[in-house]
Amino acid sequence: MSAIAEMTETVPDVGPSAFTQFERDFAARRRSARINWALGSALFFMLFFASAWIGDFFKITQVSLPDGTRAWRWIIGAGLPRLGEYVEKTLPVLRWESLGADFAEWFWRWKIWLKLLVETVLIAFMATGIGVIGGFLLSFPASRNLTPNKWVLFITRRLLELARTVPELVWALIFVFAFSVGPMAGVLAIAVHATGALGKLYSEVNENINMAPLEGVKASGGTWFDQIRYGAVPQVLPNIISYTLLRFEINVRSSSIIGYVGAGGLGQEFRTAMSFQEYTDLSALFIIIFLTVAVIDYGSEKLRHKMIGMGERA
Amino acid sequence: MPDSLNLINVSRHFGNTKAVDNVSLDIPPGQFVGVIGRSGAGKSTMLRLINRLIDPTEGEIRYGDRVVTQLKGKALRDWRRDCAMIFQQFNLVDRLDVLTNVLIGRLAERGFVSSMLMRFTDEERTMAIQALDRLDLVPQTLQRAGTLSGGQQQRVAIAKALVQQPRIMLADEPIASLDPANATLVMDGLRAINREDGITVLVNLHTLDTARAYCDRIVAMRDGRVMFDGSPCQLTNDVVRDIYGTEGLQEFNEAATSTQKVAVMA
Ligand SMILES: Nc1ncnc2c1ncn2[C@@H]1O[C@H](COP(=O)(O)OP(=O)(O)O)[C@@H](O)[C@H]1O
Ligand SMILES: [Mg+2]
Repeated sequence: MSAIAEMTETVPDVGPSAFTQFERDFAARRRSARINWALGSALFFMLFFASAWIGDFFKITQVSLPDGTRAWRWIIGAGLPRLGEYVEKTLPVLRWESLGADFAEWFWRWKIWLKLLVETVLIAFMATGIGVIGGFLLSFPASRNLTPNKWVLFITRRLLELARTVPELVWALIFVFAFSVGPMAGVLAIAVHATGALGKLYSEVNENINMAPLEGVKASGGTWFDQIRYGAVPQVLPNIISYTLLRFEINVRSSSIIGYVGAGGLGQEFRTAMSFQEYTDLSALFIIIFLTVAVIDYGSEKLRHKMIGMGERA
Repeated sequence: MPDSLNLINVSRHFGNTKAVDNVSLDIPPGQFVGVIGRSGAGKSTMLRLINRLIDPTEGEIRYGDRVVTQLKGKALRDWRRDCAMIFQQFNLVDRLDVLTNVLIGRLAERGFVSSMLMRFTDEERTMAIQALDRLDLVPQTLQRAGTLSGGQQQRVAIAKALVQQPRIMLADEPIASLDPANATLVMDGLRAINREDGITVLVNLHTLDTARAYCDRIVAMRDGRVMFDGSPCQLTNDVVRDIYGTEGLQEFNEAATSTQKVAVMA
């Protein structure tokens, strides 16, 4: 009854004048959308070319030609062949008739590399563990909807920012300085960075939860911790597990280069290979890391899909 | 000897909205009180003030010699345990099983470590099962709360309220999202708790006939104020028309059957 009354009240407004008004508004909106699009595109291309200019993308440089004369060339055109040269240098000589021996020669340090590979994966594993615990605990006070007060929110957010904006390599340098060369510095470096990155991701998950269960816990006399434990954690757990596995993949990549500054793992071999000019070692190391990362990516993806499936079924 | 609940000139403002405006009520122990009023009248706000989910702008709430509005920390949590709250949307944790949801009612008694580990005693589990049995939910004990029907979820919420061993039970439109059969089960459950355990019940309702069928006393609110406070038979259609206008009365009559007549007669 009252609904009909409301409708008849609004009917007089919907006349021809309302339609012309709509057409006018619609045309105006289309016009402003087009102008915004044009302005946005212009701005984007200006910034793009400015960046390219600053980055020396348009630089002209002098190169030596095969006949010994010098000539001016565009830097990218001149540099690309050298990229090929470098890659070629890292490739081993493999001949069909002595394939086994050639392979043995290529992977001549395989015993050391295998040991370092295990170390690399263990560094990533332990760092992920510490990062998950740290990020998980900090993500709740760092969520707008869950934080006990705005000071705690501010402080935990700044802490997480600091932890993730400083790159792993820089954390590694600091920890190598403090705890000397070795895998411990690597574990700490990656763990700190992972804490920051995961804490941020987790807190975004937290900010999208349904608050009603938390209110239910609070109304029964639960503490803030009870509300988090019973109301929030069960809701976010599937996402947490998924992000954690993703992070493990990322951490394996990080731990394979972090040894370059002395923080343990395969990375130190890059440095050794470069300083002894054993260029074929680089391609061998690349293959080892590539295969490891691929295997871990594949495994964790399978695991993640299984988890997500489980979450939906139950 | 249970105490009575007193609201003394309680107000709660949200910006310029006076959600609850100078309300005074005296509720003796064991009463079954229905709060009615149109949407936005301030019913939910009043219950949330009593449970201290929100704080009043002015006024005081007392329970015996406890000044509820001044409680802090553990004393506040103990108060929330003593006046259990039931919500229209149940507010259960969907991903936890029914048993754990009921045991949430025991959290005020748990220490930090055992609470974080979700560890409860055998006595507490027995209590939970007994509460579930009273509401005919034992077969669902290990099911995830999210997989239950609305009526079952609301009864789980009542079981959770029961294991709090409360003095007062606050229910905010507990049957507004339920079909008549389930609404009847839930209202009957509240009545049983009220009669058998002597627990004071304060329930927000959006339909007049349910209020008339179950309540000892009806409080009607409009724009944050109490417009009527008396027994169901004092609440004649004329009084309702006076309070709400003809439009309001119509609104009530349209949604008049939220519980089943048969059960109401029984
Ligand atoms: N958290 C809040 N913030 C702002 N306004 C609110 C809030 N809660 C309730 N109100 C307002 O207070 C008034 C009473 O609301 P409520 O107590 O929910 O009424 P009822 O439960 O009777 O429908 C309404 O006008 C509502 O918009
Ligand atoms: Mg309400």
